[in-house]
Amino acid sequence: MVRLITHNMLTCHVRNCTKDNFPLVFSDVELVVREAPENLDFIRRFLPKLDWAALVDTARSLGDESLPGTQPEEFTDEQLRALHHVLMEMHVEEGKMTCRGCGHIYHISNGIPNMLLAEHEVGR
Amino acid sequence: MSRPEEIAPPELFYGDTEAQKYTANSRIKSIQAQMTARALELLALPEDESAFVLDIGCGSGLSGEMLEEEGHVWVGWISRRVCWVKVALEREVEGDLFLHDIGQGFGFRPGTFDGAISISVIQWLLNADSASHSPPQRLARFFTTLHSCLRNPSRAVFQFYPSSDDQVQMIVSAAQRAGFGGGLVVDYPNSRKARKMYLCLMVGQQEVPKGLDGEEMSVEETAKRREEIKNERRRRKESGGRKGKRGKKDVTAKEWILKKKDLYRTRGKEGVPLDSKYTARKRRVQF
Repeated sequence: MVRLITHNMLTCHVRNCTKDNFPLVFSDVELVVREAPENLDFIRRFLPKLDWAALVDTARSLGDESLPGTQPEEFTDEQLRALHHVLMEMHVEEGKMTCRGCGHIYHISNGIPNMLLAEHEVGR
Repeated sequence: MSRPEEIAPPELFYGDTEAQKYTANSRIKSIQAQMTARALELLALPEDESAFVLDIGCGSGLSGEMLEEEGHVWVGWISRRVCWVKVALEREVEGDLFLHDIGQGFGFRPGTFDGAISISVIQWLLNADSASHSPPQRLARFFTTLHSCLRNPSRAVFQFYPSSDDQVQMIVSAAQRAGFGGGLVVDYPNSRKARKMYLCLMVGQQEVPKGLDGEEMSVEETAKRREEIKNERRRRKESGGRKGKRGKKDVTAKEWILKKKDLYRTRGKEGVPLDSKYTARKRRVQF
């Protein structure tokens, strides 16, 4: 159940991994689309928090081309709906997330990513 | 009362049966629901707006469900236990779940969440379940990373069961060192069973909410109160001791003697000396 809204917030937290630790790159993905109740107000308020470039890249890597490459100044309802679909309805069930900085792989199984680190990777 | 923290580490304690209880047992469910409701109240999210909330240690997703009902979007951490995952999956919760050890810190972009709640979780952080675990270090890591991923202004509310005042001190000081404001909110402080501790942490300037049925106590107040109670006990002990002796001493020697002579006369004892102004006076030393 990794939705892209969460993925867009997630960075690698391995010790001393501060460069290129966002976004995590998906691979071997099994994608599920689940309908979610529409809440465009929420999406609109969430916009400032989003990293648009990362979101579009990730969405394209998952095969969704509905988002424009640059963030529009004003969103039409149509675009917000597309954004809602990408953020809230696309769930990654199985796969891997790889950090580009340190190469740590977070495995996703049953929709739950394993964010546990080995002792030597835990930050201080 | 047995404390689960003392029995086994969480990944062993919350085995299949323990985890199952949290969805099957209606009493546990109602307590959890009450605490979540109160935590949400303390969180004071803006009404009629859905927020992005972090649920730390969501377990079966019970508190998450309540967040959903309020229309919030949530992300939950499960402590590293497979049983919880199974239970949570069966319930088909809507939030995103992550398998995580909160003592390791989180990787979230700064300012992500509008709030964070956690029900009966952080006392587990105080246990060192393996040689490499150091509770102060884990607490510090937890609070600093949490502080950075919360929005300004926002709140984080933790319900927890401390086993001693030292533990409370330790948790609160770790939180303050990480930059959080706020303090403890104690509900029903006079009841042993219903008493609940909420740690209400704030990012940015805000006022600490009041506890239910009893005054809210910030950390300094709690310490002051304890000091007062200590002094009170000492004062009572001292004054009580004096009172006992004074009770006897209040009667002067002369009164006592007169009383005794009266008593002998009424009993008809012979040879009781007459009362005079010399009664009960000391004999001077004679040369």
